[in-house]
Amino acid sequence: MKGLSPQGTELAVLEPDHLQLLLDILGKRGYRVVGPTVRDRAIVYDDLTSLADLPVGWTDEQEGGIYRLKRRNDGALFGYAVGPDSWKKFLHPPVVRLWRAKTGGNGFQIMEEDDGVPKFAFVGVRPCEIHAIAIQDKIFLNGEYRDPFYEARRQDLFVVALNCGHAGGTCFCVSMNTGPKATFGFDLALTEVLEADRHYFVVEVGTELGAELLREVPHEAASEEEKAAAERIVARTAGQMGRRMYTTGIKDLLYRNYESPHWEDVAKLCLTCGNCTMVCPTCFCTTVEDVTDLAGEHAERWRKWDSCFTMDFSYIHGGSVRASAMARYRQWMTHKLATWIDQFGTSGCVGCGRCITWCPVGIDITEEVNAIRRSERRR
Amino acid sequence: MTGLSDPMVPSPFRVQRVQRETYDTFTLELEPANGADGFSFAPGQFNMLYMFGLGEVPISISGDPTKPQTLVHTVRSVGAVTQVLRRLKRGDVLGVRGPFGSHWPVEEAAGSDVVIVAGGIGLAPLRPVLYYLLSNREKYGRIVLVYGARTLQDMLYKVELEKWRGQFDLEVEVTVDTAAASYRGNVGVVTTLIPRVQFDPLHTVAMVCGPEVMMRFTLRELEARDVGPESIFISMERNMKCAIGACGHCQFGPTFVCKDGPVFRYDRIQAFFAKREV
Amino acid sequence: MAMETLERVLAEHPFFKGLERPYLQLLAECASRVRFDAGEVIFREGEESNLFYLIRHGKVAVETFAPNRGPITIQTLGEGEVLGWSWLIEPYRRRFDARSVELTRAIAIDGQCIRGRCEEDHDFGYELMKCVAHVMDKRLQATRLQLLDVYDGIRS
Repeated sequence: MKGLSPQGTELAVLEPDHLQLLLDILGKRGYRVVGPTVRDRAIVYDDLTSLADLPVGWTDEQEGGIYRLKRRNDGALFGYAVGPDSWKKFLHPPVVRLWRAKTGGNGFQIMEEDDGVPKFAFVGVRPCEIHAIAIQDKIFLNGEYRDPFYEARRQDLFVVALNCGHAGGTCFCVSMNTGPKATFGFDLALTEVLEADRHYFVVEVGTELGAELLREVPHEAASEEEKAAAERIVARTAGQMGRRMYTTGIKDLLYRNYESPHWEDVAKLCLTCGNCTMVCPTCFCTTVEDVTDLAGEHAERWRKWDSCFTMDFSYIHGGSVRASAMARYRQWMTHKLATWIDQFGTSGCVGCGRCITWCPVGIDITEEVNAIRRSERRR
Repeated sequence: MTGLSDPMVPSPFRVQRVQRETYDTFTLELEPANGADGFSFAPGQFNMLYMFGLGEVPISISGDPTKPQTLVHTVRSVGAVTQVLRRLKRGDVLGVRGPFGSHWPVEEAAGSDVVIVAGGIGLAPLRPVLYYLLSNREKYGRIVLVYGARTLQDMLYKVELEKWRGQFDLEVEVTVDTAAASYRGNVGVVTTLIPRVQFDPLHTVAMVCGPEVMMRFTLRELEARDVGPESIFISMERNMKCAIGACGHCQFGPTFVCKDGPVFRYDRIQAFFAKREV
Repeated sequence: MAMETLERVLAEHPFFKGLERPYLQLLAECASRVRFDAGEVIFREGEESNLFYLIRHGKVAVETFAPNRGPITIQTLGEGEVLGWSWLIEPYRRRFDARSVELTRAIAIDGQCIRGRCEEDHDFGYELMKCVAHVMDKRLQATRLQLLDVYDGIRS
């Protein structure tokens, strides 16, 4: 697994063409290379074969309940923030068959899955997304039961991180200490620099494997000016955050305020559509579905993404424990920002802003925290 | 542990006996179908019972932990899977995953009085405690069982209850919510029995299981008898899908009922127990 | 039974817990020992309510009669509990039947006699009301829990 990147590593500089070489080498080494691409008027994550697949010259405009792609006036390859997809779609797939079974023998026989999982190379991983992956590592790899499906996809993962040059309108990674620069969890980390006459990437090496691959691609050592340019870009992005989350004492704040009247206010807006849980890079809840053929001789067990916003989620004999929209919204938010800390040792939120952007009514998790604080002061 | 290598994969178990307890509740006695010796568990733990191709349900284990050759489950028929489980006959096979979850503090209670308060089907996860305590009788002070059911017809384990009531080293008090006037036993909710039984509140471990409302009222009565919240254990129930703390369904505040529970020490979850829709 | 002994019995019964000696004396003057055989009717719904009972031993069923179901037991009361309080509340009529399920020994207290003393001495009346209110609170809680029918779950 990825550990901390060696500090003080030499930085290199890559030309965009050589980035293509990197993709080719990854392909030759048997990686399934995935990264950002434009589809259905959004930037999603899918297979990449060439640089042309990237969202060249595109950026995103994001606000509460709003997501638009806009043309840039340059040829940036990674000039956007984040789209509706997160990398969990590959590491923690939405639909997974756990096993197949058939009747016979001592009643029934289980055939476990050996689904030949590819090794993935993620190109364009945002620093907040690296944190999200690290958070999911804690969920799936650190408990009493390791998730073999996650582990199989995670163990050989090659990460090309992309430090952010553009803050999305709903971003708040600075508040959550998750960006806009990657500090760990990558094999290579790139910062895209666009100047009037030059377009290049400053490269930081994170692991031996990253160094090995970089050696196969023509590159130069980064000059002081180039390093400074990369740092300026990251600093500028840090200053352009669209949101702030005030995290001081947030766990106790939420624990104290389960009965706050404010929850009813947000419940009036929330449609319990579950978009936030689908786009959130750390949400991990699933359900288990058992299916059978008509003859009842073959059965399968599937695992699928689920959302705590559904009525079924908390259903026990005759009713849901969380029947009201208020209870379901409260569950999601208090889990993400408070109980997650007691469960896994970190916040569940990485400040990517997706839940704000993709909420049809624009509910803003950072504002909700402020509102709870305010409603407490008033009482 | 029964040594299941993949916790999401059920093992086949064969039905040895089915006993009807009440009009909607029945007890299954199972043995491993693949030649394993038996099934070890701690009182309070549960299994996921699998009907081939249909689905799973979490059911507490209600057998004797000192006799692991037979796996016993008392099931109430309320949903799709349990309705089908009810039709099982001797020789049929079902799948079992487990055991999962935390257990009643039967070892830690040594030296104390033990008060067991059960409501309705809540006696099923507590029966293993009684078996364990009675087979180690000398380690405990007074042992008291307080049990409430809806009516006489809804009472579980009537034969065993009578046997236990007849023992000299165990106090058993039973009540029903309503009864015909010809019934000469106690009538009234189970909480009314608590002021009537003898135990030393300073050296007591209480174990409570039943519908959440019943547990809430019971906790009040125990508090009135000066039993501290760190001496009371309850068993919680939530929707479960994976039973291994990965699917998120069974969350109760910061805890996962499938692995931090279902048995909880009351003081540890007191704050969340008092909140609604959590 | 000697007055001092009756007084001591009253003092020890949970219903009168905390009541001061002069009040206990008053009560003892209106009290006597009673005994009911198994199955004996203690009172019937609608009757005038004058006596209330501190149960010392045995079991009493509070019942009602439903046309199609016959007599139903609502609650059983045992040692340490009290039966009847409608003697204190107008129109002083029994609301339910009471029947001794097994041999029961109790102290009967003449509510009519006590009512008079409560009117004369309101401090005494208030103390007695507190005892009764406490019992009513516990019965109401138990009744409400019973009403919830928590064991039922779904019956399809």
